[in-house]
Amino acid sequence: MHLDMTEVETIARDLYIRALKLLPGDIKTGFSRLRQGETDSTGRAILDTMVQNIAVAERTKNLLCQDTGIPIYNVLIGRDVAFDGIALKKAIRHGCERATREHPLRSSVVHPITRNNEQTSCGSGIPVINIDFIAEPETVEIEMIPKGSGSENGSFLRMLIPADGVAAIKRFVIDRVIEAGGKVCPPTIVGVGVGGTSDLCMHLAKLAATRPLGSVSPDPEGAKLEAELSAAVNELGIGPQGLGGRSTAFAVHVELAATHITMNPVAVNIQCHSARRARAVLTPGGIQFGF
Amino acid sequence: MAHHTLEMPIDEEAVRRLAAGDTVTLERTLFGIRDATLIAMFDRNRRSRFALRGHALLHTAPNVRKLAPSAENPAGYAPVCIGTTTSMRMERFTRPLMEREGVRVIIGKGGLGPESLTAFRNLGGAYLAVIGGAAALETTWIEAIEDVDLDDLHPESLWRFRIRGFGPLLVGMDASGNSLYDRVGEAVAARRAAVLAAIGAAE
Repeated sequence: MHLDMTEVETIARDLYIRALKLLPGDIKTGFSRLRQGETDSTGRAILDTMVQNIAVAERTKNLLCQDTGIPIYNVLIGRDVAFDGIALKKAIRHGCERATREHPLRSSVVHPITRNNEQTSCGSGIPVINIDFIAEPETVEIEMIPKGSGSENGSFLRMLIPADGVAAIKRFVIDRVIEAGGKVCPPTIVGVGVGGTSDLCMHLAKLAATRPLGSVSPDPEGAKLEAELSAAVNELGIGPQGLGGRSTAFAVHVELAATHITMNPVAVNIQCHSARRARAVLTPGGIQFGF
Repeated sequence: MAHHTLEMPIDEEAVRRLAAGDTVTLERTLFGIRDATLIAMFDRNRRSRFALRGHALLHTAPNVRKLAPSAENPAGYAPVCIGTTTSMRMERFTRPLMEREGVRVIIGKGGLGPESLTAFRNLGGAYLAVIGGAAALETTWIEAIEDVDLDDLHPESLWRFRIRGFGPLLVGMDASGNSLYDRVGEAVAARRAAVLAAIGAAE
């Protein structure tokens, strides 16, 4: 299978726009579940408005949220795919620029020092493009995540030490959820990375924050932490938009990696209730769009 | 819990009638402002040609479509998607906005801090909460982009919107020193120890 870069460019454009407009089914189900368990009247009213917004976005074909985010593309490449890696990255970048210009979308990306906005949603190192490989022979998957800044600003890393134990990991997560409060647009998905190096730990937290609701950590220890922390954060009373209630998070997701004998790192990355993502799967049979 | 409809701009007496927990719908005019706009206005002393006295400011940077100015789109921009950003980053600008520009109302998400609460009490102001992330809905409350200033900061320009039925918004912070965010914060702090104990993470 040969990867056609004109096709990739168009897909990269379409995925950005699709992600901004259509919320995945698992998040919609998450809203229903939270609504059923919400005891606070303000919390219930806010969840209802969020659900109404999803319907308005679909009906008016508009963006769910004005924050077009930092564009992230996660690419998975099968074993029997011929491609030019440099051309692939260029095609994704062009697709991202085209979405911004052709829709049009607000470019939310600036130079970190001059704060200059090129009005393309691109800049040095942006879009973030992660490339990895999968066992399927003739398959390429492209996932697009427009990561909103309100929740991305709710990112934290702590290089704990072994003597701090798992209790300190749990305490760190609970305290960062409290610190983030309403600023990260709850109900959220709280992504937690445990282990690895500092950069891997943060990356794990991002993977955790952006994976579908209902998915479970493949490591039993990770799954145990997820269940415990998911229940705990919704006892805090932060609630939708930080205005009180049980619905603080859809879930806490945990991703683990091995770490050093002297280390015990933990990272938190939060995804807002507009937990947007879109996916395209390319095979010799054609392109399938989903979540 | 009263509901108020406010024809903008308003005076001090009107803003002091709003109590935390009340709901508000705004009519007529609303301004959009955010980080870069505020940094330009107060850290670099740039002045806008807009008179903001008595008005409400929304923490936003909109998605817009550029087109030729017309009666429908006098500023040459049509709204695409207009929502709300996290307010707390702009905490230090509340008082200067009120003192220098005479602003009465800030609209945002996630709440503002103690400095803003004091400014609201001293000078007569309020914070209205709109639901973050519900921008498709919020866009239906905006009729047109009437004007734009400081547009070199685009999209963080200073925007003037014509609005219709902008709300309901929740009074999150009032001019009597009440903050719903503080109330929730205190309740959360009181629960923290029990939550940690239940997962074997007590201090």
